Amino acid sequence: MGTATGPASASILEVRDLYVRIASRRGIVRAVDGVSFDVPRGGALGLVGESGSGKSMTLRAILGVLPAEAQVTSGEIRLDGVDLRQLRGSDINRLRGPKMAMIFQEPMSALNPVMRVGWQIAEGPQVHLGLSRGRASERALDLMRRVGIPDPERRFRAYPHEFSGGMRQRVMIAMALSCDPEIILCDEPTTALDVTIQDQILRLLTQLCRESGVSLVFVTHDLPVVAQVCHDVAVMYGGQIVERGEVRDVLLDPRHPYTLGLVRSAPDFEYVRESLVPIPGSPPSLVSPPSGCRFHPRCAFAEDDCRTSETPLRPLPGGRSTACLHYERTLEAVEADRACP
Amino acid sequence: MNTVNAVNAMTDVAGAEPLLSAREVSVSFPVGSRVGARMRREEHLLRAVDGVDLEMRRGEALALVGESGSGKSTLAQALAGLQPTDRGEIRFDGRVLPASRSRADRRRIQMVFQDPYSSLNPRMTVGGMLRELLRVHHVVPANRVATFSAELLALVGLSEADLSAYPRQFSGGQRQRVAIARALALRPDVLVADEPVSALDVSVQATILNLLSNLRDELGLTLLLISHNLAVVRHLCDRVAVMYLGRIVEVAPTEQIFSTPRHPYTRGLLAAIPRMTEGAVDDSGPAIAGDPPSPLRIPAGCRFRTRCPIAQPRCETEDPVLAAGHDHAKHFAACHFAFSSGAGAPRPDRSENEQNA
Repeated sequence: MGTATGPASASILEVRDLYVRIASRRGIVRAVDGVSFDVPRGGALGLVGESGSGKSMTLRAILGVLPAEAQVTSGEIRLDGVDLRQLRGSDINRLRGPKMAMIFQEPMSALNPVMRVGWQIAEGPQVHLGLSRGRASERALDLMRRVGIPDPERRFRAYPHEFSGGMRQRVMIAMALSCDPEIILCDEPTTALDVTIQDQILRLLTQLCRESGVSLVFVTHDLPVVAQVCHDVAVMYGGQIVERGEVRDVLLDPRHPYTLGLVRSAPDFEYVRESLVPIPGSPPSLVSPPSGCRFHPRCAFAEDDCRTSETPLRPLPGGRSTACLHYERTLEAVEADRACP
Repeated sequence: MNTVNAVNAMTDVAGAEPLLSAREVSVSFPVGSRVGARMRREEHLLRAVDGVDLEMRRGEALALVGESGSGKSTLAQALAGLQPTDRGEIRFDGRVLPASRSRADRRRIQMVFQDPYSSLNPRMTVGGMLRELLRVHHVVPANRVATFSAELLALVGLSEADLSAYPRQFSGGQRQRVAIARALALRPDVLVADEPVSALDVSVQATILNLLSNLRDELGLTLLLISHNLAVVRHLCDRVAVMYLGRIVEVAPTEQIFSTPRHPYTRGLLAAIPRMTEGAVDDSGPAIAGDPPSPLRIPAGCRFRTRCPIAQPRCETEDPVLAAGHDHAKHFAACHFAFSSGAGAPRPDRSENEQNA
């Protein structure tokens, strides 16, 4: 326990019982409340949920870039067998780049506005891989070519404001890949982009990750985007994971009423329903969350035990899991939906 | 078929005078200095909307879709009278609307904006906002203002008690309901909704979309919905107009747009939508390559040709007009090959369609 190096396991990232608390004027916000998941080597995990579900905080906790008011209070975050919580800041710094990298939603605020784009990409390899200025700039040019930036020799000397949103996100991808990381953490990387550009970026990201065997954690609120990029998905609600499994199973055949609610309320492109079914009520306060299952105040299937019992993730057949005590009722609803779409 | 005939054809289809129509409407914005623009070989005027014809019948729901920068919001603002036009005319209920509209004219086309956090006055209660509107526009007699305000809130699913609340006391979805109530307070004929749900969470989006759909049925509203989300559009609208770089490139009934898109841009736009069912993306190239050109450097000829998978030499010189096909009276597309034999078919050839086109 707590050893600095562990045996190489099948998972590149293991998160165990992660708790993140944020101090606010209204009290302690329980932003992440006992989250556990694994990301297999070369795998892609989607974290989906609405705003305030704790998905971005989970990602920031892994990278060690939580806002000042927020703090990991307990849990383990093992990257390639090393518990990041046992490391000092300077040691974690050494891992950012060669081991893990991040792609943010708004590339304009993640890039340095007064530094030429090429040198921003070359900075990582200079610092982390010890490349010379010349070698690092060659590497940056090569990366710009790989992410599809036209005319890389000229664009190397451009500033971020001279790029379009899609091109900036390509720059972010080039920076993330620049030190050959094991895993890339993406926080809504295409939310600010047009659908045609989103399509380009998603294709590029999945193709590059497949080629170089990089693992992905992909945070988004957009269910179809997860279906495009990830093999596995974890659905978050009120700071907890409520359902976990393969994307196809979870989105098309959910086992938690919240997942069902998300799928039913999203207008689906493929077929049009008579009317959309919104989830009643609003997301829970994380200062004083509801007792028992956090979804019970909004749940049509809630019973008495949902208000009192804790609802940890339980395994189901087929390698998936749900936090719902009465998941059979979701199953019945899904079958009823199918009978009369 | 030339543009004027196309417009007439649209009217014939409707069978009646359209409620709201735009004819050759252009809106442009001056950018920087003339000298600087000439040095950059760019235009001095940014043509956000560049000669658009559009008609809406009473009671229909029309969607405007396109990428950011396509001019869809500017066009909507021009129709609502919030943006002066440089050319063209906007007709409403059989009359040409003057450049500066009377209060009575403004009342009849109302708008709901994208961000309910910035479009409501934070220092006014909901009741205060509605009272002001109702008084200025004399919608109801003074002694009816209170009851009418309560009725408006009931219409959008809020309670009378919310009249004394400030916008900050509401969630995003509730604020959007307030914004809709404010627009409906003037009993408009046309409601223009500019990305009304894109700032909201998925589960809340559904409530607002259902509300818009119900209001349309109950009040017989004519709805112009601007959205980048084609799934939303498919759910709510009867017809779809696709914009690209300031022009409408395709207009058709919703089901035709989705089942047999005629313009290569529309086909690409549809192919780019992530599907819930498809699984991991395949190795094929993107649906549409490259970024849209700057509206300061609109390509000559067909403006989509720089990204078009089926562009021919003819497209560089001839600007295609928005025209209907012979057997497709309600389906208009601005592409030389939209209705040529088998043209529903030529799919973008993805191998030729690499990223850096």
